[in-house]
Formats: sequence, structure tokens, C-alpha cells
Amino acid sequence: MEIVIEDVCKEYGEKRVLDTISFSVGKSEIVALVGPNGSGKSTLIKTLAGIHRQTSGSISIDGTDIRKIDPIELAKCVGYVPQHFTYTLYSTVFETVLLGRRQHIRWSVSDEELSRVQHSLDALEMGNMAGSYMDQLSGGERQKVFIARALAQDPKLFLFDEPTSALDIRYQIGVMETMREITWERGAGMIVAVHDLNLAYRYADTVVVLHGGRMAGYGKPQDILTPECISNVYGVDAFVVENEQGKFLVPFRARAAP
Amino acid sequence: MPDSASPVSAADVSVHTLYRAGSTRRIALITGLSLLVIVTAVLSAGIGTVSITPQDTVLAIGHSCAVSIQNFLHAFLPSVAAWYDAIPFTIPAPENPQAELIVVGFRLPRIFLAILTGISLAVAGAVMQGLLRNPLVSPFTLGLSSAASFGAALAIVLGPGVLVSYFLLSYDMWIVVFAFLFGWLSMILVYWISRSRGTTQSTLILAGVVIGYLFTAGVMALKYTTNNEKLRELMVWLMGGMWGASWSAVLLLVPLVIVCFILLERSAWDLNALSAGDDVAKNLGIDVERLRLSGLMISTFAASCCLAFTGIIGFIGLMGPHICRMIIGSDHRYLIPCAGLTGALILLVSDTAARTIMSPVEIPVGIIMYAIGGVFFLFLIMRGKGRGLY
Repeated sequence: MEIVIEDVCKEYGEKRVLDTISFSVGKSEIVALVGPNGSGKSTLIKTLAGIHRQTSGSISIDGTDIRKIDPIELAKCVGYVPQHFTYTLYSTVFETVLLGRRQHIRWSVSDEELSRVQHSLDALEMGNMAGSYMDQLSGGERQKVFIARALAQDPKLFLFDEPTSALDIRYQIGVMETMREITWERGAGMIVAVHDLNLAYRYADTVVVLHGGRMAGYGKPQDILTPECISNVYGVDAFVVENEQGKFLVPFRARAAP
Repeated sequence: MPDSASPVSAADVSVHTLYRAGSTRRIALITGLSLLVIVTAVLSAGIGTVSITPQDTVLAIGHSCAVSIQNFLHAFLPSVAAWYDAIPFTIPAPENPQAELIVVGFRLPRIFLAILTGISLAVAGAVMQGLLRNPLVSPFTLGLSSAASFGAALAIVLGPGVLVSYFLLSYDMWIVVFAFLFGWLSMILVYWISRSRGTTQSTLILAGVVIGYLFTAGVMALKYTTNNEKLRELMVWLMGGMWGASWSAVLLLVPLVIVCFILLERSAWDLNALSAGDDVAKNLGIDVERLRLSGLMISTFAASCCLAFTGIIGFIGLMGPHICRMIIGSDHRYLIPCAGLTGALILLVSDTAARTIMSPVEIPVGIIMYAIGGVFFLFLIMRGKGRGLY
């Protein structure tokens, strides 16, 4: 399994929000997209998810351009969790996760589809909440339900747009650990937009730094997420702390705007 | 989060069990609602200025059907007619000699019109609320009622002299045709505006509201300029009712409502997926713009067809789906038929009450419907959540 992104550009009218983005995602690889607000992370994720069409460049999955793949077939390959999620008032957790199997369901739901829903919920330790209503869950639990929905899709590529933004630190680590296990178990690739650079540091195999729609860095986290890079991209002074648990980035001062 | 509020919160209950149990209960509810609509229709056919027993009502319907089939076969399929005549069992005529004329001739068309209108408005409401992910949307939010009212008002103000003398249709049919055409026109305008601005929920709703106000201005202008007699006729149409019922109207509406229902029911899974947001639905392979536009066109078409015969019938399109969501959940596979049956039941009961409470004087169906539906909806809210069938 390999996803290759080549010279992808995206324009809204006159404004270019993605500019010649090129990188690849291999089997069981986690790629973290980092960058300030408005740098194009969400746009890139949505373009990869087939929600937007790129203005130019190509995105291919195992050598096939996604524009040539039927939308239903593409849905079997790419699972997406949005930054902001919506749900219906009277829907339950398992019904929401079942939506991830939409492309496999014609009308009635088979035992196999239900088993996949159960498996996805169990993977996120939410099996005991299957019958709960979505509006009774906390924000973090709801986010986990949407992650479970993407797991139920059983895709080759997971796309997560800030999946841990509504989670407390325990859930953040738990979800990232689960996602890493899933990519290893299933051999799927994952592109995850994150604001917490330490999560990228700790869980990503590769980091793509976006700044103003352009790639400002691409490589291993420890090579790319340096204090110099943070300073250039975010305008924040930071230092690296290293101990037996690994390296940690500590941002400590926002520089005044030039 | 309180576990007691969950429908099933035990850790050992699997998704399989939850799904199967929920499906069984929902199918049982829809079957029960269908039977309730049929029983209510039979009882309603017996209630009125002339009271007819349920037995005579059933015999009147059965006997009339048998005679109609026999006449049809003799006219078009004589070979089958001989076989049909040889059947030893015949349905006897009702004891009350007037029963057949009253039940089949007068009351059944009205009952069918109420059922069809209830189904189409509530189904349209359920689908529109799902498509736009907005619980305040109804067939009227997108300007349908104002546009249909304008069409009917225009036909009434132009009057029978102008319309009937130049064209072949009767005056009543002109009101129906104008109401339908303008109702449909409102959707075309909403579609046209949203095509240029994007089919997001807010664009569609705003376009619908604006179109609605424009047609309301037209209705007010016509009201202001017309004479008293026509104004009264217009007000009666705007209040809505089943006065326009006839077998020809029912026979025209039955296939249209069935086809629209099937088309909308086929998109139930896509509507479910849309509840997770446009982006997620697109990622799941759904053409969201096409789904939204086709769903709105079909549901508006179904609602326009019925409204053209009944005048403005509010409430059902907005509250019918809400009531059903509280009982049966948000899975559109079950919500759409459940909303349709609930709409049919509410309108049928309301219309029966409207024509019998002060018999022989009829009162506008809206008065009864808002009262019954409002109280029932309040009851569901007070009853609390967590006890639905899903």
C-alpha cells in the first residue's frame, strides 16, 4: 500500500491554499501534518479524502489516481475523521459507527457489518456504550465514536483532522496509541493533522510541516521539528528536552509580530 | 453521563443484539401504525352526519370494490370475467341502503386525500430535515406554502370568467393547477439560486425563506386589491381542508405519492450518512449536492401535488417527523415510513374531528390538528428521552 502525493495545488479563486505539495505514505506509516492555523492542513486532508478536487497535481493510491476511482470504491480505501463533527439528536453510538460501512450496505445490515462495528468500538474501548445516544456522550467520547466510524470503514489510508483536539491528555495518548496499533495491525497508512507537536514527535514516523500552503519541512520528527523550524514556522521560541522517555519540545515564548 | 438514560447500557449487550432488537421493534411499530391507519379510516368512514356501523362500512367498501372489479373485467377482460363470476363467494351489500353511496361516494375520497396528504407532507418534512440537517425545516420553509398560496390566490382573483372561458379546465381545477405550478416554481427558483451560490444548507434555507416572502408579498397584494367575495374564497383555501376530495384527485395522487415515497426511501442510507456532515458523507462516496437537490425536488413535488387539492396544511411536515424521531430514532429507513404513517394518522383523525364535532358544519382542520398534534408532541417531550424504540 502506498499513497503518493505529487505537486498537489489547490486554489480557491485567486487564492492558492496548497502549493506543490509532494510526499508519500507507506504501509503502517504515520505521517503528521503540522503547521499554524490556516497553513492548509485541513484542506490537504479534505483533498486526500476526495471531498475537494485538487486544482493540479496528482494523488494516487497503489498507482491509481484517485480521480479515476469510483467514489464508493474510494470510500473503501480512505477513511476520514473531520475536525468538527455533527450527529443527529436521536442517533445511537453504534448507528453512527455503522455509517462507516455505508459503502458495503445496500439495505439491510449483515452480521459481518455489525461485527466490524463491534470490533471498531471494542478497539476504542467503547463497546459498553454502543446503545448510548450521541448527545449523552462527552466531547471526547463523541470524538472517539467518530474515530471508531473511520475504523469501521477499514480503509487503506486513515485521514484524521486534529482527532485529539477535544480529548484530555489521557484520551489523547490513548487514542494515539490505539491509532498506532491499528496502522501496524492493518498495514494501513495514516495522515494526521495535529497541533500538539509532542504527539507528532512521539507517534509520527514522518512529519510534514506546512506553512502558508507550502511544505516547510518533510522528514523524521527529530530531524524536522527543531527549535529553528518552530521559530520560522510558528514564530515561537522553543527548546528540546531529552530524557529516558525521549525528546520533548517545550515552546516558551511567542515572538512579537514583525 | 447517566447510564440509566441509555436505552441499553449493559456492557455485555452486543451491537448485534442492539441492532436486531431495535429493528424488530421498529418494524412492529410501523406494522402497528399501518393497521391503526386502516382501522381509523374504516371508523372514520362510518362517522358523520349519517352514522354507519363499522360492519356496514366494511361491507360497503367490499361490495363496491367487488362490483367495480366485475364491471372492469366485463368491459376489458371478458375471459377473466367468466372465471370471476364463477367464484361462489360474493360480498353482500350493506344493510343500510345509503351506506355505499355515503361511504364510497363521499367519505372515502376525503379519507384517502387526508391519508395521502399526511403521508406526503410528513415524508417531505422528514427528508428535508435530514437533507438540510435542520429540525426547523418543513415543506413550507423553502417557500412552498407561500408560492402555492400565491398560485391559488391568482386563480381565485382571475376568477372563473377569465380562466374557464379561455381554457377547458373547470374553475376548481384551475386553482389546483395554479397552486401546484407555483409550488413547484418555488423549488425551481430555490434550485436556481442555490446552483449559483452552492447547495449548502444555509444557502438553500435562506433562498427558500426569501422566495417565501416574495410570494407572501404577492398574496398580500392580491388580498388587498380583490373584492370581499373572492377574499373569503381565498381565506378558505389558505386555511386548508379536504373539501377538494374526489376519486379523480385520489387516483391521480396515489401513483405520484407512491413513486415519490419509493424514490425517497431509496435514499434513506444516504440521508443517514448525511447526518454525520457533508464532508463525511462525501468521504463515504455520496454525491451530496445531487442527493440534496434531487431529494428536495422529489419531496417538494409530492407535497405540492397534495397541497394543490387541500390548501395549506401546516404542522404535519414540521412536527410529524419530530414526533417519529422521538419514538423510532433517526434511521431514515424507518423514519420515512413512520413519519408518513404518523402524518396520515394525525391528518385523518383531525379531519374526521373537524367534520363531525360541529356536524353538519365543518370547522377548519388546522384548528383540530394543531391542538391534537401539539398536545401529543408536548406529551412526548414531557415523557423524556431514553425510552424510544431504537
